[in-house]
Amino acid sequence: MIHFVLLFSRQGKVRLTKWYSPYSQKERAKVIRELSGVILPRGPKLCNFVEWRGVKVVYKRYASLYFCMCIDSEDNELECLEIIHHYVQILDRYFGNVCELDLIFNFHKAYFILDEVLIAGELQESSKKSVARVIAAQDALVDAAKEQAASLSNIIAQATR
Amino acid sequence: MEQLKTIGRELALSSQVGWGSSKEFLDLVKAIGEAKSKAEEERIIIADIELLRKKIGEPDVPRRKMKEYIIRLVYVEMLGHDASFGYIHAVKMTHDDSLLLKRTGYLATTLFLNEDHSLIILIINTIQKDLRSDNYLVCCAALTAVCRLINEETIPAVLPQIVDLLSHQKEAVRKKAVMALDRFYQRSPSLVSHLIPEIRQKLCDRDPSVMSAALCALFDMITAESEPFKNLTGSLVSILKQVVEHRLPKLYDYHRTPAPFIQIKLLKILALLGSGDKHTSENMYNVLGQILTKGDPSTNIGNAILYECVSTLSAIYPNQKLLQHAAELTAKFLKSENHNSKYMGIDALGRLIKINPECAEDHQLAVIDCLEDPDDTLKRKTLDLLYKMTKSSNVDVIVDRMIGYMRTISDAHYKTDISSRIIELAERYAPSNHWFIQTMNQVFEFAGDLVPAKVAHDLMRLIAEGAGGEDEDADNQLRSSAVESYLQVLGEPKLPSVLLQVICWVLGEYGTADGSHSADYIIGKLCDVAEAHPGDNTVKGYAITAITKICAFEKGAGRKVGLTSECRSLIEELSTSHSTNLQQRAYELQALLGLNDETVATVMPMDASCEDIEVDKSLAFLNAFVKSALEKGARPYLSESERLSIGGITTLASSNNQNDLSHSLRFEAYERPQLPVPSLSSFQPTVVREFEDQRTTNNNLRATYAGHSTSMTDTQLVNTEAASLRLDGIQKKWGRPTYNNTPASSTSSADRGRSAAGNSPAEFSKDEPVESSLKSAVESRYVTSRKQRPEISEEKQKLAASLFGGTFPKSQSSSRSSGSTGKVSKSSHSRSQAPHIGANEQSAQMRSANSSTSIDKGHEKSLPVSQNLATPDLLDLGDGDSAGPSSDPFKQLEGLLEVPSTAMPSKPVIPQQVPDLLSLYESTPSSGSPSINLIG
Repeated sequence: MIHFVLLFSRQGKVRLTKWYSPYSQKERAKVIRELSGVILPRGPKLCNFVEWRGVKVVYKRYASLYFCMCIDSEDNELECLEIIHHYVQILDRYFGNVCELDLIFNFHKAYFILDEVLIAGELQESSKKSVARVIAAQDALVDAAKEQAASLSNIIAQATR
Repeated sequence: MEQLKTIGRELALSSQVGWGSSKEFLDLVKAIGEAKSKAEEERIIIADIELLRKKIGEPDVPRRKMKEYIIRLVYVEMLGHDASFGYIHAVKMTHDDSLLLKRTGYLATTLFLNEDHSLIILIINTIQKDLRSDNYLVCCAALTAVCRLINEETIPAVLPQIVDLLSHQKEAVRKKAVMALDRFYQRSPSLVSHLIPEIRQKLCDRDPSVMSAALCALFDMITAESEPFKNLTGSLVSILKQVVEHRLPKLYDYHRTPAPFIQIKLLKILALLGSGDKHTSENMYNVLGQILTKGDPSTNIGNAILYECVSTLSAIYPNQKLLQHAAELTAKFLKSENHNSKYMGIDALGRLIKINPECAEDHQLAVIDCLEDPDDTLKRKTLDLLYKMTKSSNVDVIVDRMIGYMRTISDAHYKTDISSRIIELAERYAPSNHWFIQTMNQVFEFAGDLVPAKVAHDLMRLIAEGAGGEDEDADNQLRSSAVESYLQVLGEPKLPSVLLQVICWVLGEYGTADGSHSADYIIGKLCDVAEAHPGDNTVKGYAITAITKICAFEKGAGRKVGLTSECRSLIEELSTSHSTNLQQRAYELQALLGLNDETVATVMPMDASCEDIEVDKSLAFLNAFVKSALEKGARPYLSESERLSIGGITTLASSNNQNDLSHSLRFEAYERPQLPVPSLSSFQPTVVREFEDQRTTNNNLRATYAGHSTSMTDTQLVNTEAASLRLDGIQKKWGRPTYNNTPASSTSSADRGRSAAGNSPAEFSKDEPVESSLKSAVESRYVTSRKQRPEISEEKQKLAASLFGGTFPKSQSSSRSSGSTGKVSKSSHSRSQAPHIGANEQSAQMRSANSSTSIDKGHEKSLPVSQNLATPDLLDLGDGDSAGPSSDPFKQLEGLLEVPSTAMPSKPVIPQQVPDLLSLYESTPSSGSPSINLIG
């Protein structure tokens, strides 16, 4: 199973953390510190896996952002690499050409999407469309709110003209 | 109008960013993004935390505002700061009716809380309600929270609803419900075991995502126990077949590969089911072959499936044809330019060589390439592989590689790991002892204190025992080479404590053995060690003991020992040390130097660490002495029962016994020790009584003695103690032994020996709780000396055995009896008297007592030496130990209980060695096998 998901930038700034196994706040800080120290200096051609404290960390760099997942020593690293890619593709589809800024300002959405991809540390949905559908259903409510807001602001704009 | 404008702007902004984040929050994120340094970031966040703490606590915060605060809390927490003050608000938000807010609340709680958090209980009710909601999105949100937050205790509260949701019309809900059950199974298998049929049924769900969730759950269950699921093999194989043949909806394709994640999960389950089961495995060969041929090695995901297939093939009952195919695939992986593929190839090779060790040979070059690769991960993986393929023919190369790698890393976790592997390989395949010692030295040097102490003890034992054969020359050569190498190693700075201990021990035992180094030289080195490590008492203890040994060997060989001033100052320093242990060793060394050469030679013979010690149980050699004593008018010896029946004097002993038995505190005042009658000559039969007194008073006046012992010389102590302890009008059996009074003391020790030999272990057990184990061992001899009734022993033994779990007394007695039935009589640490077997016997006992201190190296060593120091008066022994380290007797006994009790009864004659070595044996449960490992 996946123990945690970490996103951090080239500078080591944390963009998203999701813990599926219990870690105390102290341990979390330690994990992030140690892992970014191990992963960031690694060259581009090296393999995407790091053995670390008896578990394996699979990471992949997308532009300036590192996506890391920690898996058990028995798990399939290549599969995990594809899970990361799967998640990135869904983010990409959702935000439309996702960039780091999207994740910075809408990290809670990244969390919601992650919750649709992974549950209890396992991949829950391998169909991009299904994930997109659920997210869209959730966002429908928001969109409704947005439209309301937009029309309201139009009204206001017209009224103040 | 202005107001309307701002509202309009805010609304527009919020619609831009979505979810109604305010400008404030955007500014925060921006500020953090632009922060130049970690410190600046910290400052911004801490300021924001303060703001949030204030705002969130205000009454009547609007719900939208609150949602934003919660998201800000999530942000703060994500950056590693504590936002626990807001947890309760996140929990409150889950109660909200609006789905938007509810989802935010759930998200925050799942991110904030662990399943053992105390706030969980507040959220259970909401979850229960939401699980019953008509809106499937609400159900989904609640199920996501369930997977994270429900613990063992709260599972029953939500389980019925979850089971209902298994048949929900939306597949998203069904699959989440299955995953929740999987999570419950991980938490507490017994609570959901009755739902296994439901989960199995979900395999046939019309939606593949639900089926894939059921696979996750089944995987966990089959990992725990595969037998009940064997009948699933057929359906799983057919599912896999369908997936491979592309019959699932296109939705589940991933880079044109049909449902790869489902395939991998299925392969994993099949590996579990087929492991060691020929029949089940045969059902799978077909589909596995299909995957191997259809697999697409050009994509990452294709390789993932192929790799998983190879590991499945290596896990199930082997099929030669398919394995051949797998080996070819592995070769392809290894030849790939891609590092990831290489890594997977190494891993797959590691799996295949378990079945067929030869297949590694074709890939030697590829493996060597990976080993030389600059990629650390690949290197480690390759070392892993090498570890798996180590044989006695290649052990030296592989271990050499591992040590070379260990030298370069600083990660303590991996260092511990690799050092334990090196040790394991070296122990199992070492081509020669010399190589083994060299290897171990390197391990100690680089891994230092990460190596467990046991390894050091094994190494010492190996050096002491040699090859175990008749070839003494080879052993001596081994020792000389060890000494040489250690003298070299000592030149290096910053050695770990464990290695220093080994070095000190070896130098002390064999430093002068081959005559190539003078005693002065070795002693000088040892002094350097002790001085270089002022803070490490264990090393100092080893060093001073080693010096003691060398002095003894020198004296024993008839040479004069002139200690250098450096050494003298060291002894001086240690004899005023705060550690009573070190102090005692220093005094012991001084006492030893004061003895005559012949005595010393008997006390500490050369190279006696492995010798057994024979004990004459019956003490027949003392008959003449007893007889002459009786003729001179001594009273015949009375056993305790006889003395008890005499009454009067026995009150002390009996009350004391009761105390010991019940382990309770004594509430009555301590008896006042009385001055001895000076007229008691050395041949008056008083010793037994004296012992008793001393024993009781020792309990009482221990503190006083401890104080004395540091300030007085040994002989003084003997006198003062004896003086203060003796009671008037007491019947005494043996004459009071005095210094250099060989016959008297030999009697007493003989008495001790005889009693010890014929006595029950129950008596030992009685004493221990009261005294430190050290003391108890010594005292138990006193007790036994007056207890010579064989008739008690049987029952008591049993009682004690049942009281102490049948382990402790037994081990004591067995170690004792083994000492007394040993074949070879050669004592290295016997009493400082003329050579007689009584002394040997006693030192054997000392060792058996000593075994109880094996937990603590320091203590363990202090005992044998305390004997050397001891003047031939028993009282002094008592004193010596009261001055000794006072440690928790129970703790030490535990060590004894655990370890030797299992090893000893099966091995009636344990090798009696120089005590410090003996205890090494104790620390390794089966004293025989590890050494076989080392040599074989």
